[in-house]
Amino acid sequence: MSEATTYNDKVIRQFALMTAVWGLIGMLVGVLIAAQLIWPGMTLDISWLSYGRLRPLHTNAVIFAFGGSALFATSYYCVQRTCHARLFSDKLAAFTFWGWQAVIVGAVITLPMGLTMGKEYAELIWPLAILVALVWVAYAVVFFGTIVKRKVKHIYVANWFLGAFILTVAVLHIVNNLAIPTSLTHSYPIYAGTVDAMVQWWYGHNAVGFFLTAGFLGMMYYFVPKQAGRPIYSYRLSIVHFWSLIAIYMWAGPHHLQYTALPDWVQTLGMIFSIMLLAPSWGGMINGVMTLSGAWHKLRTDPILRFMIVALSFYGIATFEGPMMSIRTVNALSHYTDWTIGHVHAGALGWVAMISIGAIYSLWPRLFGLDKMYSTRLIEWHFWVSTIGTVLYIVAMWIAGVMQGLMWRTFNEDGTLTYTFAEVLQATYPYYGLRLFGGIVFTSGMFMMLYNLYKTWQMAPERNREVPVPAPAHA
Amino acid sequence: MSAFWHWFVVIITLGFIAAMVWLFIATGRARVPSETNEEGNETTGHVWDEDLTELNNPMPRWWLWLFYGTVIWSLIYLALYPGLGNFAGITGWTSEGQYIEEMEQATAEFDARFGELVGRPLEELAHNPEALRLGRNIFAHNCSTCHGSDARGARGYPNLTNNHWSWGGRPEQVLTSIYEGREGIMPGFGDALNDQEVTRTAVFVQQLAGMQVDQTMAAAGRRHYDMLCAACHGPDGEGNPDLGSPDLTAGVFSYGSSIDAIRETIRNGRHGVMPAQRDLLGEARSRLVAAYVLSLNETNSDADD
Repeated sequence: MSEATTYNDKVIRQFALMTAVWGLIGMLVGVLIAAQLIWPGMTLDISWLSYGRLRPLHTNAVIFAFGGSALFATSYYCVQRTCHARLFSDKLAAFTFWGWQAVIVGAVITLPMGLTMGKEYAELIWPLAILVALVWVAYAVVFFGTIVKRKVKHIYVANWFLGAFILTVAVLHIVNNLAIPTSLTHSYPIYAGTVDAMVQWWYGHNAVGFFLTAGFLGMMYYFVPKQAGRPIYSYRLSIVHFWSLIAIYMWAGPHHLQYTALPDWVQTLGMIFSIMLLAPSWGGMINGVMTLSGAWHKLRTDPILRFMIVALSFYGIATFEGPMMSIRTVNALSHYTDWTIGHVHAGALGWVAMISIGAIYSLWPRLFGLDKMYSTRLIEWHFWVSTIGTVLYIVAMWIAGVMQGLMWRTFNEDGTLTYTFAEVLQATYPYYGLRLFGGIVFTSGMFMMLYNLYKTWQMAPERNREVPVPAPAHA
Repeated sequence: MSAFWHWFVVIITLGFIAAMVWLFIATGRARVPSETNEEGNETTGHVWDEDLTELNNPMPRWWLWLFYGTVIWSLIYLALYPGLGNFAGITGWTSEGQYIEEMEQATAEFDARFGELVGRPLEELAHNPEALRLGRNIFAHNCSTCHGSDARGARGYPNLTNNHWSWGGRPEQVLTSIYEGREGIMPGFGDALNDQEVTRTAVFVQQLAGMQVDQTMAAAGRRHYDMLCAACHGPDGEGNPDLGSPDLTAGVFSYGSSIDAIRETIRNGRHGVMPAQRDLLGEARSRLVAAYVLSLNETNSDADD
């Protein structure tokens, strides 16, 4: 069969496998640093195993390695299937795979060495940041090139979200990383002081909004209706929540800088637009969950669909919690506490990881011409450990965070603080223990997943299957 | 903010909110070409990847009202608080103003409750249980970082419990140390003295402190001491609280009493800084913590007797 008439599934198989591999590695690093918060001396003062260096490794590994690979795999799958066209360029697609893996390996080496730009979620040193930019431009060319080649007039809703995610992340990454190199491993940002903080959180919050929200909503819009075998609930809803989500997110960054040197009026704008973001965020949840109407019974038998529905529920929780935490008075309590960590993980474990895991389970057998994964029972187990692990984690951090916030603001009658910092830390230990346990439970599922992917691959009748592009239902 | 940027912010912000509201209303009203599927539901008629379709359901009404509600809430907030450029908001709230107000309120409450107590002489406060309880709290949160939670100090940070004072131990001297901070500078003599001379001087300093040392070395060191050290530490080594130069006969060495530590002190000098606390703690709390520090020494001297 000639190349032009088949889908490029090779790059998808590669990214899908690395999703599970990096997911496991990133989560194991998370478990290690969660343990370090309880036993700070456990890594014997070895500098490259210290908390400060491993924490950015954890965030980079789970967001960009695990989440990124999942987005590459599912976006390449979705854009080809919904455009009825092979990827724009096989060579560029292969470059995105190997380039992205090189970035991650670079992160695994440089971050433990203590080489960092010092910007949260943008720690990678400038040579790696340039490689990220190159890969991302190639990704955009492949993705939008495929859209241009499409055989169907209308662009499917998932591709709107994926396209917005790819374009915006390119802009965010480049603007936030503008720096003047002083050596191969060191650079200074071109921004200073409050402006630097504002650019950083404009980047940081939109990384959440476009990488972790819009990108995964794109994933959801393809795999939920596919897995449920049902039509998308409302076309109108998808239009409105798409445009309002991507437009309003851009304003919300300053809520990370409440009660700082950032001028009050900027803080207020960050806050009111975070509140206005609630409904647009929930639009995706409503459209996803309502797509199941008429297919609720499938939840009983299909753990993959259950992954997706629980992911949408955690998405709803996290996108309700976020606007609430952006309110000035709530933020005064929650900021700098573990509540923030809990909020992030409601999104990262509950939404991002669970929708990705569900999508990969849905995708993997199709890539090898199989009906289903090797073991549905194992997916069932994976579903339960993921759900229980997430709940334990976020409940522990909620309690710890509110407790910390309240203890920090308790004063004696003479105006001194009632609790010293060390006393608050002491009170947090039990919750650090519960969080570690939740993390271990969640991570255990990734072993099940890798085993299941491996056994499914073994069952495949044809491992390098070429799928012909079908004619569109109507053009 | 100049008038241009003020209006830029106002127009962009309100214009954007209006555009979002228009998006919700206009999309709700727009007509979408539709077909009816086999289940009798209205669809857009688009089909992708064999079986992906979409229904033409209206947006949930409660969801639309949720959005309009957040818009109304935001507009009210923008009227009340700073947000629209230079417009200060009806309440006049600022984060700095909130801080000042809370601090003033706390100070007023403190003064009302403890004002009379704090006004008493330090000697009396050093025996007053309530003053000592308050002073201990203040010490734990502000002073213990350097001087230790037991006030016994650390290398380079004086022990506050041994009745030995570089800057004087009378109540008003201790209070001045807290109010204004202290900066003790001893210059290095590495250029003036060679290694052997530094060692001899160090041995003499140990002898001043009553330690058993080589008499010949000490006698040789005395010559350098008289020439270079006596100006600040006095001919008999008893120090000078006005300069913060420690009494070398007391056997108390903030930077260590070993021959190596003293040699390093002589060679390179020392520079100790205690930051001023008056603006940070305020006078009332400074007096309470001074009383607490004084009380630590009274306990000790009682025990010595």
